Amino acid sequence: MIITRPREWSRIMANLDELGAKRVFIMGCGQCATVADTGGEKEILQAKAKLEQEGREVTGWAVGEVACHLGGTKLEARKHHGDLAAADAVLVLTCGAGVQTVADSTDKPVFPGLESVFLGNVIRHGVFEERCQMCGDCVLDATAGICPVTTCPKGLLNGPCGGMWNGKCEVLTDRDCTHVRIQRRLTEQGRNVLAVLPPKDFAKKLKPGSVNLRQDKKRAAAAVRSDDAASTGGGAGE
Amino acid sequence: MSKFRDALLAGEFVITGEVAPPLGTDLAGLKRSVEILGPHCHALNITDNQGATLHLSSLAASRVVLDMGVEPIFQQTCRDRNRLALQSDLLAAWTLGLRNVLVVTGDDPRAGDHPQAKGVFDLDSTQLMSIVRGMNAGHDMMGRELSGATDLYIGGAMFPEAEPWDIQLTRALRKAEAGAEFFQTQAVFDIDKLARATEEMHAAGAKVIAGILLLKGPRVIDFINNKLAGLMVPAHIERRIKDAADPAAEAIKLAREQVAACREVCDGVHIMPLGLDSAVPHILGVDA
Repeated sequence: MIITRPREWSRIMANLDELGAKRVFIMGCGQCATVADTGGEKEILQAKAKLEQEGREVTGWAVGEVACHLGGTKLEARKHHGDLAAADAVLVLTCGAGVQTVADSTDKPVFPGLESVFLGNVIRHGVFEERCQMCGDCVLDATAGICPVTTCPKGLLNGPCGGMWNGKCEVLTDRDCTHVRIQRRLTEQGRNVLAVLPPKDFAKKLKPGSVNLRQDKKRAAAAVRSDDAASTGGGAGE
Repeated sequence: MSKFRDALLAGEFVITGEVAPPLGTDLAGLKRSVEILGPHCHALNITDNQGATLHLSSLAASRVVLDMGVEPIFQQTCRDRNRLALQSDLLAAWTLGLRNVLVVTGDDPRAGDHPQAKGVFDLDSTQLMSIVRGMNAGHDMMGRELSGATDLYIGGAMFPEAEPWDIQLTRALRKAEAGAEFFQTQAVFDIDKLARATEEMHAAGAKVIAGILLLKGPRVIDFINNKLAGLMVPAHIERRIKDAADPAAEAIKLAREQVAACREVCDGVHIMPLGLDSAVPHILGVDA
């Protein structure tokens, strides 16, 4: 899930002040931001109270099912059309993807109420850790299921660096060094610890990322049709 | 050609030192250090934004040192440059007359004076070593032919006293495999561990130059033990320096003993005098 943290309140107020926004509509998210305790119903009501303390009117609020889903968020915006129309600005308590989806679903100026920090594993309720950076070029096959790109602060593929001491990380000194963990697990599994990982292919990280399964299917179908046509044509020539 | 390499390969016990480029454009301090250390050293390491703090580039400072008639060891960290810039600077180093390169990962920017900086780490030191080896063979990392190859003598860092040793050893062996021909170590305090590391590196075909750090006072020891990553001063040495009537004199005596011990064990010493440059001849045992 996407982990978010509350944005500095003074920055949010500065955004609203700059626009002279007196009336605000608040949007949250029923998925990640709810689980992260940053953009569910409870946090929206807290933000509403704070805005009202600062002399702003909250025209309404909504927690869509999944803020980053364009169809769902447009539907949510239509459901709250009147409250949104009455607002000068929309404060969005979701990740940056959700903020942009909301911005595409209304004509009103939209401001982020959270900072998006990482793709997180849920270790237990309220405890999240970053284990994957979605680099598009997975090395977990060679690293015993421990990602050095993400969990080594320097993102080194071959380590440890010179700062490791007693198996601990140089940067995050209370943590075990990722490369020590990798080598320990490789050894336990009887695998090669001397292999050197080659430089990473950063071209594999699509930026901006884009996947279109519908187009992929159409292309695949078109390719099958042209193959069929070619083989049929060949048959007719015989 | 690298006289430093020639000396190591001839089995001579080599001395290297270290000078830091300035934060600014005034080269006077750098030149003073080179004048003091240069005559006693086969080569001088020129640090690359050491401790992730801003300094004049190692490339420019290395050339200054070369022009003073002292052989530099150009240091390159993976922290501040991507693969294009690193390769470009390696080509630059060769054309500027630099013949030795020490390839290291680099401290994390969060430890330095620009903590907001993005740590690049596009490559790690092992990968960069194999790229330098490729450039020595006449091609870049994409396999494209260079119009004029390099012939850089490739060095790496190693840490004979950092635990766990099996992990350290694996790391150093990978570096040797990737192209490291000499290693300069973190400061050594335990000659047995240095001997163990040297034996392994010799088997892998690499030379070992032991780091000798002048523990010139209690503050330096406390800094190393509390702030510096990858190094600890053992308790008995800490006591010896801290309990001495004159800690600086005791540190110089200790360093002199360490250098003498290293002569029996490894291929050279790398002196880090922490400003007490004038003590270096005595530490090396070459004073009258």
